[in-house]
Amino acid sequence: MDITGLVCDRQQENVMICAEEGREGAAANHLILEIKDLFVDYETDDGVVHAVNGMNMKLGRKQTLGLVGETGAGKTTTALSILRLVPNPPGVIKSGAILLDGQDVFALSEHDMRKLRGSFVSMIFQDPMTSLNPVITVGEQIAEVIREHQKLSKKEADEAALEMLEIVGIARDRFDDYPHQFSGGMKQRVIIAIALACSPKLLIADEPTTALDVTIQAQILEVMKGLKEKYDTSMIMITHDLGIVAEICDLVSVVYAGSVVEHGTLEEVFKHPCHPYTEGLFLSLPNINSRSEMLQPIPGLMPDPTEKYETCPFAPRCHYATEHCRKQLPAKHWFSSTHYAVCAGYDAPEFRLNRRSGQ
Amino acid sequence: MLKYICKRILMLIPVIIGVSFIVFFIVNLAPGDTARMIAGSDADQATVERIRNELGLEDSVFVRYARYLWGGLHGDLGQSYYSDQPVVKIFFQRLPATLLLSFWSVLFSLVISLPLGVLSAVKQYSVFDNCAMVFALLGVSIPTFWLGILGILLFSLKLQFLPSGGNEYWYSFLLPAITNGFQMMALTTRMTRSSMLEVIRQDYITTARAKGIGERIVVLKHALRNALIPVVTTAGNFLIMMIGGAVVTETIFSWPGVGRLIFDSISKRDLNMVVGCVILVTVIVCIINLLVDLVYVIVDPKIKTTYGIRKG
Amino acid sequence: MMQKGNKAKSKFKETWRRLKKSRTAMIGLCLLIFIILSALTAPLFFDYNTDALEQNILARFQTPNSAFPFGTDEFGRNVLARVVYGARISLVIGLVSCLICCSIGVLLGATAGYFGGFYENVVMRFADILMAIPSILLAIVIVSAFGVNLFNIIIAVGVATIPQYIRITRASVLTVVNQEYIEAARAVGASTPRIIFMHILPNCFAPIMVQATLRVATVIAEAASLSFLGLGVPAPTPEWGAMLAAGRAYMRDYAYLVMFPGLAIMLTILSLNLLGDGLRDALDPKLKK
Repeated sequence: MDITGLVCDRQQENVMICAEEGREGAAANHLILEIKDLFVDYETDDGVVHAVNGMNMKLGRKQTLGLVGETGAGKTTTALSILRLVPNPPGVIKSGAILLDGQDVFALSEHDMRKLRGSFVSMIFQDPMTSLNPVITVGEQIAEVIREHQKLSKKEADEAALEMLEIVGIARDRFDDYPHQFSGGMKQRVIIAIALACSPKLLIADEPTTALDVTIQAQILEVMKGLKEKYDTSMIMITHDLGIVAEICDLVSVVYAGSVVEHGTLEEVFKHPCHPYTEGLFLSLPNINSRSEMLQPIPGLMPDPTEKYETCPFAPRCHYATEHCRKQLPAKHWFSSTHYAVCAGYDAPEFRLNRRSGQ
Repeated sequence: MLKYICKRILMLIPVIIGVSFIVFFIVNLAPGDTARMIAGSDADQATVERIRNELGLEDSVFVRYARYLWGGLHGDLGQSYYSDQPVVKIFFQRLPATLLLSFWSVLFSLVISLPLGVLSAVKQYSVFDNCAMVFALLGVSIPTFWLGILGILLFSLKLQFLPSGGNEYWYSFLLPAITNGFQMMALTTRMTRSSMLEVIRQDYITTARAKGIGERIVVLKHALRNALIPVVTTAGNFLIMMIGGAVVTETIFSWPGVGRLIFDSISKRDLNMVVGCVILVTVIVCIINLLVDLVYVIVDPKIKTTYGIRKG
Repeated sequence: MMQKGNKAKSKFKETWRRLKKSRTAMIGLCLLIFIILSALTAPLFFDYNTDALEQNILARFQTPNSAFPFGTDEFGRNVLARVVYGARISLVIGLVSCLICCSIGVLLGATAGYFGGFYENVVMRFADILMAIPSILLAIVIVSAFGVNLFNIIIAVGVATIPQYIRITRASVLTVVNQEYIEAARAVGASTPRIIFMHILPNCFAPIMVQATLRVATVIAEAASLSFLGLGVPAPTPEWGAMLAAGRAYMRDYAYLVMFPGLAIMLTILSLNLLGDGLRDALDPKLKK
């Protein structure tokens, strides 16, 4: 599998950044974002959906975290929770804390929360086709967020918006055009422009390239990488595509059934995955070098989110599961100061994964 | 843009001709001797024959229609059987009263329905929302003529507050306007609410909120402008229903407009008047449709850009 | 063939289950059933001639009491009896008119969508023209031209609803007609009417049902309006609109004369609207609450 090749190029960088963090993460004021034991439910007529079950996350300055997992794993809900935009009803934050730059998000008034949205933390949503307001010009949609957070006159804000358009690679004279006059890739650039217009410290990108075709994907990733460098923005990249993670992320959190099952630097997780699910993800990727091999999908489906689980949620699909796994919730096991996996298998000290993807 | 307007006007013409054709045929295929009707049941045969000749009534329907159409294109829709005045003249004499009534009805209707619809959507499932929806449902279900009667009963007879008819006082239009516009108000409320609910669910509203914009601006600037687009089109339909309903309202309140004219003409069997009025009302309805479509062009950027109207 | 029958039955069950969920729709349904039952069982409680038609000057203008729960009118007739018999007329007008006009409209719309071309153009132009005339004016013209009797009224109030059926049916047909299973049906030699009825129309069923339910309400309202204007079923037949028109002259002193018939109309229309709304939500695949 070739992804790890990409990883080697970025090794040096990662070592430097991760050295700043201790086993439990650096002191709070170095962290842009900290999520502690977040539980979020959706209370619907057809039952309660436990979307997020004990999510933990730590993100420092200039770091990019890849949040990897299947659809329905709770990634988008986590992202919305950071912005406090979980639709309520039916979404309810059951417990947990989210700290943005040390501030407890749930303790803020709505007014203060609004001040953070768009200026400290921004979000890019999944589908560019529906994320822009069809009746407002593109330029105005960018200028609007600038005006909201910076005390600029309309003219100044418009000028700043024009600059943002240029930065994302859109011609200035398209300021007065409407979203339907742009292609998908260009719409996504506009959305990136809106998200970065006020130089946020944290950018959350929810599958920003999933709805675009592959060539455009590469362009958008380039744009994002460049902007990330330019603005020193920390980023959370939510995706199910490991290739994108390899391109742009420093840290990786693998999410399953609403909580993190493995977390580490890019190199650690890609070269030495420690959780059976992560191993399964890599194994299910096609190997370009060995085309006659059959694909190895992970059998089964994610557990029913309307049921709260008392034991390891991955056990029914796990190649290594034992009776021990079905008795209690698995514990966190550390493999380095930055790499952990939540797996009951490691309660036995000799346990190792043995089906690793070829390197 | 001008091209679009011209194209629409051209498309109107076949519709109007079609309408005149259908209405003329229906009325003239009806049983009964028109000449005798005009002359009166006690007139002698000679008078009846004379009238039949004068008006060319023994020609076939097609010939008569062609004559009628020709006259219509020159602004002449015949004479009223009853008063011997040109149909067109009487119609336009009575039109302003109906237009005035319609204007107030629409104003009343929009001023209440739009805010009500928006608030109901924003506060979905609340007590306010439920009450508003019950109110709207009743408004849709209550027949206009009964509403008028109840209005007169309550405000004119019991409370002695408003006049029950005519248009002597400046406030005479209140009760008729509210009665006339009530159904449109109820329908527009429901339409606005469901459109707003649809829009608020959209991704771009979440994007707007993620920018840190206040909820009021999100609703008014981002959501409402999108929500109003379908409402504009359906409001046009409701408006047409309301114009038709003016016949009933004007009759109940003795309002001197075109609706009452039609009703009186029917009572007097003045068929020429009825046909002429219906055709002219339809023409007005078509023009209103056209105006509504033009509003739509202004409001929806997708159409605006197709027809080459660019902002600044 | 058996499979298709089963699929249709389970779809019906599914729709019914969703419909039951909506309280308002159930209220509407119960109300409607009550009204229909009252109309059907009227002869059991009131004899048509003695109670509804026969004049009894001595008993005129009695306010509601135990003998006459809705009071008596200006001719001494039992208002409750007249209201209940009036239900028959209104319901008959509503249902028959809807049935006839729905059939015509659906047939025209389906054939227009299927065959296309010049024929489709003609049908759609015809629908446009018919829609341009405000419905009540069209009804007035038809009735005043052809005379006032039950059949003419049924046609008059129904004609204006035809274009809507045409449009809905044609739109549904157009979404289906190009799909491959239609090609497949043609390829195995299915005849045209068979294709239309067995493959295309079932898809249009949902929007047509909803439209029909709501149209019955508008038709009943319009028939009442016509009667109110004096163009409805001739006296002394009890009809709600006519009763309102007559009662209007006396409403200053005898307000109940205009309350009961009006209430009857409103409740009938309300029940149909509730049911129609509920049906629309139950048949809508997206099912937004």
